[in-house]
Amino acid sequence: MRITVTVNGQPHTREVEPRLLLVHFLRDELSLTGTHWGCDTSNCGVCTVQLDGVPVKSCTVLAVMADGHEVTTVEGLERDGELDAVQKGFVECHGLQCGFCTPGMLLTARALLDRVPDPDEGQIREAISGQLCRCTGYENIVRSIRWAAEASLNVAESATEAKQQ
Amino acid sequence: MQVPAKFEYERADSVPHAIELLARYGPEARIVAGGHSLIPMMKLRLAQPEALIDINGLAELGRIAVEGDELAIGALVRHAELLDSTIATDLFPIFRDAEQVIADPIVRNRGTVGGSLCQGDPSEDLSAVFSALRASAVIQGPGGTRTVPIRAFHRGPYETAVGDGELLIQLRVPVTPGTGSAYAKVERRVGDWPVAAAGAVITVRDGMIAQAGIGLTAVGAEHFCAPEAEAFLQGEAPGEEAFAQAARIAAEHCEPHADQRGPADYKRHLAAELTKRALARAQLNVAGSATDPNVAGSATEKRI
Repeated sequence: MRITVTVNGQPHTREVEPRLLLVHFLRDELSLTGTHWGCDTSNCGVCTVQLDGVPVKSCTVLAVMADGHEVTTVEGLERDGELDAVQKGFVECHGLQCGFCTPGMLLTARALLDRVPDPDEGQIREAISGQLCRCTGYENIVRSIRWAAEASLNVAESATEAKQQ
Repeated sequence: MQVPAKFEYERADSVPHAIELLARYGPEARIVAGGHSLIPMMKLRLAQPEALIDINGLAELGRIAVEGDELAIGALVRHAELLDSTIATDLFPIFRDAEQVIADPIVRNRGTVGGSLCQGDPSEDLSAVFSALRASAVIQGPGGTRTVPIRAFHRGPYETAVGDGELLIQLRVPVTPGTGSAYAKVERRVGDWPVAAAGAVITVRDGMIAQAGIGLTAVGAEHFCAPEAEAFLQGEAPGEEAFAQAARIAAEHCEPHADQRGPADYKRHLAAELTKRALARAQLNVAGSATDPNVAGSATEKRI
């Protein structure tokens, strides 16, 4: 089946079998290996990407279901050479650890902040509750997301102030 | 690497088209929406449909609205959308309670209400919720639509009233003034199936319970409900004593099985305790009365 999926703003057309999973389409067909692949049973969440802006576990989505839709992977978070605030937060607050769960965590964090710009710790923990960190580095992951929220809010505040002046 | 076996894939562009595709591919075809039950089963070869008919494009099945004296919920409504719908959760807080503890937020972004019900897993949460609410299921087939009471919808484990060539399109919940509802679940960890869970719906008129609905899941309750306990509550004054007695009756009539989630007597104990707590919280949010979140407590209790 011929499908066209827009990944990180770039349309890709491929001939695929209906049984191909989105995670394998991204990794094997498009060589976007930032999307990791873990438990295969929708439990661990490391394969999380955004489908039309919504976090999904790409090991449980068929590539054909993404036909005509937009996918964002960790490779698409950076803008013009500038890391996304959540990526900076993970660097600043040591949210990375071994890095295996990181891409999925980043995409969930981005989606959370798009929806709730100033989340409290409970909201952050709830948002990432479907994702496992094998290093059990949750404390730092939560801090990293909080850091990103505060950094973005400060930027927005300065922009408003600059406008007013 | 787990991948499903080969299958044909078709995308439906309308409900009649989906029904036409079901007729074309026959009984070995399956509907796929969120796919969060079906695709893992296909990877494990527990399900091996010859064709998948994708209904994700059918926006008409994604609506939540009050129509007359019923709340209509489309089969394609995602769990996350039901949780976010204040129309649904203000009328029936049981939806908020249950959806907060169904799988995890990422799975809820994709999984659908109709898919959960059609999967017919004996431990499924929404089956107990809709059973407690005495909802009805609207099913469409080649000959038109028919409406089935939810308590006649589940015919056994993984078996529903939706026949070959038919599609579940909507759930309808009666809206009755003076009604309160709640759901309480014990799970081992985030995203897990319940060890046991109970939903309660009570309608209070002139200080007495005019109608009660009790939904139970994962404890072997036939049709996910507890009719003997519901009958007991009718005409009683809502309160601790009546709720404790109803909870005992509900627990006596369920048939939990021992498994890796716990022994049968523990699950029976949970059925009683969770029924009692759900009833108490349902009473607190009977329409018009104030709800104190501190009294109401959390929807999930990790351990009892």
